[in-house]
Amino acid sequence: MLSQKECVAMLLAGGQGSRLYALTSKIAKPAVPVGGKYRIIDFPLSNCINSGIDTVGVLTQYEPFELNDYIGNGQPWDLDRMYGGVHILSPYQAKRGSEWYKGTANAIYQNLSFIKRYKPEYVLILSGDHIYKMNYAKMLAEHKKNGADVTVATIEVPIEEASRFGVVNVGENGKIVEFEEKPKKPKSNLASMGIYIFSAEKLYKYLEEDELDTKSSKDFGKNILPNMLNAGERMFAYVFKGYWKDVGTIDSLYEANMDLLGERPLFDISDTNWRIHSKNPIAPPHYIGENGSVEGSLVALGCEIEGKVKNSILSANVTVEAGAEIVGSVIFSGCTVKAGAKVYNSIMAEDVVIGENSVVGSSAQPRKITLLGRGAQIAAGATVEGGSIVEGK
Amino acid sequence: MDALGIIFSNIHDSNMPELTASRTTASIPFCARYRLIDFALSNMVNSGITKVGVITKSNYQSLMDHVGSGKDWDLARRHGGLIILPPFGVQESTSLYNTRLEALKTVTGFLARSTEEYVVLSDSDFVCNMDYTELIEFHNARQSDITLVYFKAKAQNLSGTNNIVLTVGAKGKVSDIQFDPDCEKGVELGVYANVCVMRKTLLQNLIADAVAHNKRHFAADILAPSVHTLKVYAWEHRGYFAKISSLQSYYEESLKILNKDARNSLFGVNGVYTKVKDSIPTTYGDSAVVKNSLIADGCSIEGEVYNSIIFRGVKVAKGTVVKNSILMQGTIVGENALINCIIADKNVVVKDRRVLSGCDTHPFFIHKSTVL
Repeated sequence: MLSQKECVAMLLAGGQGSRLYALTSKIAKPAVPVGGKYRIIDFPLSNCINSGIDTVGVLTQYEPFELNDYIGNGQPWDLDRMYGGVHILSPYQAKRGSEWYKGTANAIYQNLSFIKRYKPEYVLILSGDHIYKMNYAKMLAEHKKNGADVTVATIEVPIEEASRFGVVNVGENGKIVEFEEKPKKPKSNLASMGIYIFSAEKLYKYLEEDELDTKSSKDFGKNILPNMLNAGERMFAYVFKGYWKDVGTIDSLYEANMDLLGERPLFDISDTNWRIHSKNPIAPPHYIGENGSVEGSLVALGCEIEGKVKNSILSANVTVEAGAEIVGSVIFSGCTVKAGAKVYNSIMAEDVVIGENSVVGSSAQPRKITLLGRGAQIAAGATVEGGSIVEGK
Repeated sequence: MDALGIIFSNIHDSNMPELTASRTTASIPFCARYRLIDFALSNMVNSGITKVGVITKSNYQSLMDHVGSGKDWDLARRHGGLIILPPFGVQESTSLYNTRLEALKTVTGFLARSTEEYVVLSDSDFVCNMDYTELIEFHNARQSDITLVYFKAKAQNLSGTNNIVLTVGAKGKVSDIQFDPDCEKGVELGVYANVCVMRKTLLQNLIADAVAHNKRHFAADILAPSVHTLKVYAWEHRGYFAKISSLQSYYEESLKILNKDARNSLFGVNGVYTKVKDSIPTTYGDSAVVKNSLIADGCSIEGEVYNSIIFRGVKVAKGTVVKNSILMQGTIVGENALINCIIADKNVVVKDRRVLSGCDTHPFFIHKSTVL
């Protein structure tokens, strides 16, 4: 067994995800289900193990119980290791006082002793709210080739949308010359993905300096990277090609789910050489009955379908009774849609029950996503208007 | 629960030569995502048994691959857990065991080292969901020496051979054990499920006695005579029970799970565990039509599927119709094909426009990895 790790990943998973409303009332955003059998955090965790990174610190803060429980000892991602593996890093009490994570940079700063245990040469900073497949080993190879101090992963976005992102302006050979946070008139269409590789010593130096700066907001994008740029460190952009989605809002979460559908999906997760690992439910195969019909959809284990399902994603153990109809919707595990009920363009969290002959969401306005929180119960014959949010129990 | 589990993985291999050509009975795929041993193992785990020895003999690579360290059954333990007991060859004898009793003789060391009070002996040729805590409560309440599990079946519905029929009296006392008796059609019989429980020390004594008297068969030479010398009781398993004893019974019992009551009995209360594959959910195309079928994950369905069992990773292309069939893991059916009453073993490829049909009394079996 090697006595040090070349690269340690730190996954920022403490965010509340307030723009996911009822979905994150009780759970952290990275634990939000997606794609029928995954949670958001499965994507970065699977990318890590598939890229050969077997040491991951997961920084949790907001409603961590379910997320911690889900990650467990890391076995589903092959991250249960004697040396390395996945570790949950929560804010802790120390001799010199205790504090919450005050920003992305401060969260990493508070866990420098964890990183240093593995004597890594490089540290990969990841975000727990992105859906994508990325080989970090390629980015690391480029980081080494450039002799960089930090490499920022970027993705090309349409120039008219660039003002929503942190934009990276590059010079020759991808060397970063300027950062602009949500610029009104972006000079480039390279958006930062919030994924960074640092040479470890530089990371330690800048985090320790930033910690002493009382005016800093302790954030990578706002403080650490600009400080490094000002000091003339070698900073490079890595251009990622492929599907990437920040699922910070209901609309983007809905889109990310829909992007998995179709015969040639925008985001294809069926590649057996780059599996997305997850904790699998204990459930039998799904059953489609005499009256059931399923078109253009993804269906997970344990579902019992007697009604009609179209362009939708059904997670494990969903029951669709006879005469019920689900169109353009994302249904989390354990939901029941009773006989004759109609569900259009909705996201339904776990264990929701839709009463008989009720109507949820709008078929006429597909852009108005209806959101039902965990355990919500819709009475028989009720109507839930398109675009509304029903809090769970 | 203070009991040790022992599962026989090879005993019935010769009954189903097609399905066991390259695997053990225990590793025969069943119900879209399981192997037969999953049911025997899950019953034990759900009853609180945390130490299970699996006796193997031959062809057990597929079984080893399936169970791995036992972690998917929560049996990867520092103490106990899943223990594979491969054949114990000794220099003097070159042949492996042939009977359940000979197999047990090879694991006397394992039994001696175990400290559990009871032992549950189970074959792996059946599909059901039962709770052994009830079995052991019954065993203790009757102050039984050996308690046999049985299910009720009509005589004409028994398929295959080696059916052991129990004569069960009041309070479950067993007065006779018969092997493949001639019965009138329609008579309801109590059939031994090849699962029994007894004290571990009793099993050790019975094995030692059997060795001393050069006995060969567990049921015929130990269980049957014990009816007269020990207290032998029988406990009935109610609910779905399938004994897989031939290719025909494999086919019929598989399709029975399409019945809701059978599914509820099998999966409704306790979970059935199996190896995790990290397959994606099943993808349905816009032209998919599926009726009365069980479908695992990782499939891609663009054609039509009726009354069928579809295992993980199966692809059914556009224009193809699959009826009354069992397609095992990784089967690929091309476009505009017609398939009826087929059992396709793993990784079969059916090319475009092929028309294949068996009939419901004689399903057509296609061997593993065949391309046609």
